[in-house]
Amino acid sequence: MASREEIVTGLADILNELAGVEQADVTEEKTFTDDLDVDSLSMVEVIMAAEDKFGVKIPDTEMQNLKTVGDAVSYIEANQK
Amino acid sequence: MSGLLEGKRLLITGVLTDQSIAFSTAKLAQEAGAEVILTGFGRLSLVERTAKRLPKPVPVIELDVSSKEHLDGLADKVREHVDGLDGVVHSIGFAPQSCLGGGFMDAPWEDVATAVQVSTYSYMSLAKATVPLLSPGSGIVGLTFDATVAWPVYDWMGVAKAGLESANRYLALHLGKQGIRSNLVAAGPLRTMAAKSIPGFEQFEDEWTKRAPITWDLHDTEPAAKGILALLSDWFPATTGEIVHVDGGFHAVGA
Repeated sequence: MASREEIVTGLADILNELAGVEQADVTEEKTFTDDLDVDSLSMVEVIMAAEDKFGVKIPDTEMQNLKTVGDAVSYIEANQK
Repeated sequence: MSGLLEGKRLLITGVLTDQSIAFSTAKLAQEAGAEVILTGFGRLSLVERTAKRLPKPVPVIELDVSSKEHLDGLADKVREHVDGLDGVVHSIGFAPQSCLGGGFMDAPWEDVATAVQVSTYSYMSLAKATVPLLSPGSGIVGLTFDATVAWPVYDWMGVAKAGLESANRYLALHLGKQGIRSNLVAAGPLRTMAAKSIPGFEQFEDEWTKRAPITWDLHDTEPAAKGILALLSDWFPATTGEIVHVDGGFHAVGA
């Protein structure tokens, strides 16, 4: 089980690789769309990469609720296997 | 549906995410015994990531249908994997934002031209690029959204789809001599990335689920995929220029 900090670091690596976001910019209060400038297609890819990395399934209906990095971390933390 | 497509080699365009109609099509095709090759556009890394979720590994060929170079090179790229094709799936459409969401009266011609080139003309271009690989009995299937009526917010995409429906009949006419079939599936609304990019698309989703005589699930792309694959199977040998509605029966009822 990954800790909250490990999930943030993991997401930062993914966001850096797939959307060119600086790792240091990835903190829990940041929104994906407005603060980190991740477009909808990149977001889909980020979510898929996160699913693979953390062994979770993030349904499409849940994706729209994940506005901030913290939202995503909480969802992954609660649902990882 | 094990074995329905045993030994068939299919080229499937339009996989983007696992919600894509083309993704379900590729998945069910593999499960029915087909060998699948994908083409991807734009976000190749996303297409490849999505492709990894299919039951079996598949090659992904980059294809921008507005690029002559890509179209000219397509047959040779496909031949690197298979020596011929039995079916082609066209799941491609695009319109600039100005053409959608109520902008019908204001969309500039350049944007409309893009919508028509990518969504309508490409049906012929893709067929032309793959004809050298197709033998008698093979088929091409595209996806439309019933273009016999006007829909709110669909605007120039609706016009492009009307053109696609006509292009389907002309393709049937021109490829018929070679024994190649051309058909469309008219799917009901599905929450794909393509649908999500149309502002206000949800307006008729509710109406659809209420009015369709049999259940229509906005999240289930498998019915449309099964329609596509049935048309590519050996069970529609004398059907071409047709549009099969896979829409819960919505088109058949008035209210």
